[in-house]
Amino acid sequence: MNALLSVHKLTMRFGGLTAIDELSLEVPAGKITGIIGPNGAGKTTLFNCLTGFYKPTSGHLRLAHPVRGEMRLERLASHKVVRDAQVVRTFQNIRLFPKMTVLENLIIAQHNRLQRASKFSLAGLFGLPGYRAAEAEAVERAATWLTRLKLESLADHAAGDLPYGIQRRIEIARALCVEPVLLCLDEPAAGLNPRESAELNELLVHLCRERGIAILLIEHDMSVVMNVSDHIGVINYGRKIAEGTPAQVQNDPQVIKAYLGEDDEDASGEVAA
Amino acid sequence: MAYALQQLINGLTLGAMYGLIAIGYTMVYGIIGMINFAHGDIFMVSAFIAVTCFTLLAAADVSSIPLALMFVLVVTIFFTSAYGWAVERVAYRPLRGATRLAPLISAIGMSIFLQNTVQLTQGARVKPIPPVIEGGIEVWNTADFAVQIGWSQLLIIVTTVVLMVAFNWMISHTAFGRQQRSCEQDRTMAALLGVNVDRTISLTFMLGAALAAVAGVMVTVYYGVVDFFIGFLAGIKAFTAAVLGGIGSLPGAMLGGLLIGLIESFWAAYLWAEYKDVATFGILCLVLMLRPSGLLGRPEVEKV
Amino acid sequence: MSAVVFAHHGMTPAERLRDAGWVAFVALVLGIPLIGLTTVDAGGRLEVATRFGMLALFVAVAFIGRIALRLTLDHLRVRRLGRERAAAAADGGRGLAQRIVTVLGWFALGAAFTLPLIFSGNRYVVDTATTVLIYVMLGWGLNVVVGLAGLLDLGYVAFYAVGAYSYALLSTQYGWGFWEALPVSGALAASFGILLGYPILRLRGDYLAIVTLGFGEIIRIILVNWTEFSNGPNGISSIPRPSFFGLEFTRRPAEGEQSFAAFFGLDYSPMQRLIFLYYVILVLALLTHAFVSRLRKLPVGRAWEALREDEIACRAMGMNTTNIKLSAFAIGAMLGGFAGVFFAARQGFISPESFVFTESAIVLAIVVLGGMGSQMGVVLAATLLVLIPEFGRNFAEYRMLLFGAAMVLIMVWKPGGLLSHREPTLRLDAPATGTEGAR
Repeated sequence: MNALLSVHKLTMRFGGLTAIDELSLEVPAGKITGIIGPNGAGKTTLFNCLTGFYKPTSGHLRLAHPVRGEMRLERLASHKVVRDAQVVRTFQNIRLFPKMTVLENLIIAQHNRLQRASKFSLAGLFGLPGYRAAEAEAVERAATWLTRLKLESLADHAAGDLPYGIQRRIEIARALCVEPVLLCLDEPAAGLNPRESAELNELLVHLCRERGIAILLIEHDMSVVMNVSDHIGVINYGRKIAEGTPAQVQNDPQVIKAYLGEDDEDASGEVAA
Repeated sequence: MAYALQQLINGLTLGAMYGLIAIGYTMVYGIIGMINFAHGDIFMVSAFIAVTCFTLLAAADVSSIPLALMFVLVVTIFFTSAYGWAVERVAYRPLRGATRLAPLISAIGMSIFLQNTVQLTQGARVKPIPPVIEGGIEVWNTADFAVQIGWSQLLIIVTTVVLMVAFNWMISHTAFGRQQRSCEQDRTMAALLGVNVDRTISLTFMLGAALAAVAGVMVTVYYGVVDFFIGFLAGIKAFTAAVLGGIGSLPGAMLGGLLIGLIESFWAAYLWAEYKDVATFGILCLVLMLRPSGLLGRPEVEKV
Repeated sequence: MSAVVFAHHGMTPAERLRDAGWVAFVALVLGIPLIGLTTVDAGGRLEVATRFGMLALFVAVAFIGRIALRLTLDHLRVRRLGRERAAAAADGGRGLAQRIVTVLGWFALGAAFTLPLIFSGNRYVVDTATTVLIYVMLGWGLNVVVGLAGLLDLGYVAFYAVGAYSYALLSTQYGWGFWEALPVSGALAASFGILLGYPILRLRGDYLAIVTLGFGEIIRIILVNWTEFSNGPNGISSIPRPSFFGLEFTRRPAEGEQSFAAFFGLDYSPMQRLIFLYYVILVLALLTHAFVSRLRKLPVGRAWEALREDEIACRAMGMNTTNIKLSAFAIGAMLGGFAGVFFAARQGFISPESFVFTESAIVLAIVVLGGMGSQMGVVLAATLLVLIPEFGRNFAEYRMLLFGAAMVLIMVWKPGGLLSHREPTLRLDAPATGTEGAR
C-alpha cells in the first residue's frame, strides 16, 4: 500500500486539553479513507492540523506528492498547503463566499493559477491574450465541475442564497477546482436528504475511481462512510481506537463501546444503520 | 523622583477619567459589537450639563461643596443617561442586524450631530467655571519640588475606584448583570429565554452614559473649562484604552485607561509634550501587534 | 417602549397621541439641559440664561413631527406593500433597477462632461462640482479597501495628506510639475499604505479601525509639529497649479512660458483655470473608475471580495491573504494619494487642518452610504454629502448639523446603502472580459 499521506504520532494540545494524542494514520493514494468517531473526538482538529490552520504540538504529516515529492504539511502555512501541496478541504459549517455567485466561488478557487497568468494584474488590466486564455480555461474548468455536480443552472446565483444541500455541493465543486491531490471533506453529508446523500456517495466514488483523487472523509452519516470508504479509522479522545475495512470496524468492540457506551446489546446494528 | 511621583498622580487622575469613559465603549461593544462613536460626545454633553449645574449653584449661593457635587452628579447623570438612551434608540436600534458598518456610520453621524448641537445651543466658546475644589495635600516635599495631590484628584481617583468596584459587583451579582452578560454571549438565545434584549441594551447605553457623566463632572471640576470639541479626543483616547485593555472586558477598560493616562503624563513630562498622542497610538499599535486581543481580552481562538 | 419609533400600522388616534406624547416628553428631557438652559459670559464669569420659549417650540415640533412622521410611514408602508406585490408578480425588478442605474451612470457622465460648459460663468458651481469629484475619487479609492476588501479603515485621510504634502513639497522645494509629481506621490502614498498595512495584518474589524484611526492622527500630529518639514500649522502655500501641456493659466505667465489664453487667442479669465482643473479631476476620477472596475474583474479584485466574505475560506482556497490585504491597502492608498495631489494643486495651499479625522469619516460615509463596493453608489453618496451642507449654506451654522443628521437618517433608512445591488464579475453564459460601461 503506497501511502499518500502518513500521519505520524500527531499531537495537538490547547493549553491543558489534548485534542489529538499521538495519532498515526495512513491515507492511501486513490482511495477513500473514512474517519469516524464521536463528537469532540478530534476529527476536525485533525483536518485543521492537516491544512495548516493549526500548528501541531508534535508529530509529522508527510505527503508523498505525485509531482513535487515528499512534503511536510505541518511546516506549511495554510495557503501553501493548498497551493503547493494541493491538499484541499471543505468545512463542517459551510464556508462559501455568500454574496458572490457560484461561478465566482469556483473561479476564486483557481486564484493562484489566474493570478500568475495575470502577471501582477498587468496582463489582466490590459486584457492580454495570455490572461484571457487562462480566464477562459478557468471558466471552462468551473463549468465542467458545475455540470458534473448538476449546478450549471445556478452558476450566476449568489451562493449564500441557495439551499443548504446545494451549498454543500458548491463547496465540494469549489474544492475540486483547486485540482486536489488529497480532498478532505468535513461532514459533507450533514444536512443532506437521503437522495442527496446517495448522489454524494456516487460522486465520491466517481472522484476516486475515475479521477484518482484520494479522499479523506469525516462523516457521521454511516450510510455514506460505510458504503464508500475503502478504509476507516476510528478516533476517540484524540486517539485511534480502531482501523480497518468497514466490515471490520463495524464489528470492533472498541468502536461499539465508543459509540454506544458499554452494555448495549444492539450496538453493531446501530453503528451500521 | 518627586517629579515622577507627581506625574504618577496626574497620570492616574487622567487615566481614571479615561477609564470611566472607556467602560461605556467596552460595554456597548460587548453587547452589540459596535463602536459607539458618539460616546465621546455624550461625555462632552455631560460636561456641558455639569457646567450649567455649577453655574446655577453658584448663582444660588450654595456653599456646601459635597452637597453641590452630589446635586450636580445626580442631575448630570439623569440627563446624560437620557441622551445615551435616545442615541441608541434613534441611531442604532433600527440598524440591528444590518451590516457591521451601518451602525458605525450612523454613530459617526450622531457624533457630528451632537457636537454641532452643543456648539449651536451652548456656543462655540470655551466655558470656564470658577474652581470648585481648591487645595490639596502635600505628600512629599523635597528641596526643590513639592508633590501634591489635589483634593479634586483624590476625589476623582476615589470615585472611580468606588464606581469600578460597584460596577463589577453589579455585572456579576445582579439580575441586570446576568441579563447583560447573557445578551453579550448570545442575543437570540437570551431573548428566547425571556430576557428583554431591547431593554437590556437600552440600559447598557444608559449606564455607559452615566459613567461618562461622572467623568464629565470630574473633568469640569478638575480642569474648570469645557468646550464642544473635548468629546472627540477624549472619546478616541478612551476607545484606545478599551481596545488596549481588551475590548469587552471591564477591568481591561480601567487598566487601559490608567495606562493611557500614565503614558500620556510621563511622555509629556519627560519627552515631547506635543507628541503625546503619537505615543498613545504607537503603544496601542505595539500592544495589538503582540497581543491582538488586548491586555486582558480573551484571546480569540480562530474557529474553523 | 420598544414600539416607539417603528410601531405598527393600524394605530388608533389615542395611541398616536400617546406615542407622540412620549416622544415630546423625551424631547423635553433632552431639551432642558441644552436648549432650555445655557450659560452666557457675564463679565468674566458665567451666568445661566433660560430659553423656555425655544424649548416649548422644540417640544411642540417634536410632538407634531412625530404624528406627521407616523402617518407618513404608515402611508408609505401600505404603498410599499402594494408595490412589492406588483413587483413579485412582474419579477425581474432587479434587472430593471440595474438597467436604471446604468442609464443614470451614462447620464451622470454626460452631465459631468457638459457641466462646466453650461456653467462656464458660474465659479461656485464649477468649484462645488470639483469638490464632489475629489470626494468621488477618494470614495472610489477607499471603496477598494473597505467596500471590496472589507478592511475597515478610519484613517484614509492620511494617504490623502501624504499625496498632498508630497506634491506640495516636491513642487515648492524641488520645482517638480504636477504631472511628474503625480505618479511619484501616488507611489509614496502606496508605500505608506503598505507601511501601515504590514504591522496590522493580524488585526480584525474594529481593532483595525482604531489602529488606522490612530495612524491618521499620527500623520496629522507630525504634520502639525514637525515644522522644519511641513511648516507646521501654517501649512504650505503658493503651490503651483497644473499647466495645460506647458501652458499656464495666468494673466502674465512667467518668463519664457506661454499662457493658455494667449496660446488659444482667448481673453484671460480665471474661470479657464477652474474649468481646466475640473476636467483634470474628472479625467483622474474616470481613470480611477476604469482602473478599479477592471481590477474588480481580475483575480486580485475577486480575491479582495472573497476576503471580505470569508478570510478563512480564502486561506482554504490557497490564497495568500497577507498579499491580498497589502495590495488592497496599497492601491487604496495610491488612489487617495492621487486625490491628495490634485487637492494640493487646486487649493494652492494646504495645512494639517484639511486632513482631520472628519475627512476620513466623510469618505467612509460615502462608501458605506453608497452601498459597499458599489461604484455608482459612491458617486451618488458623494454628491449628496457634498451638496447637503452646500444647500445648508444659507443657514451656515446648521450645515454640519444637517450633515450629521443626514448621515444617521440615510443609514437608518437604507442600512445596506443607497445602491446595494452587487453585479457579478463574470457570468457563465457570457464570460465577461471587457469592462461594461459606466458601472
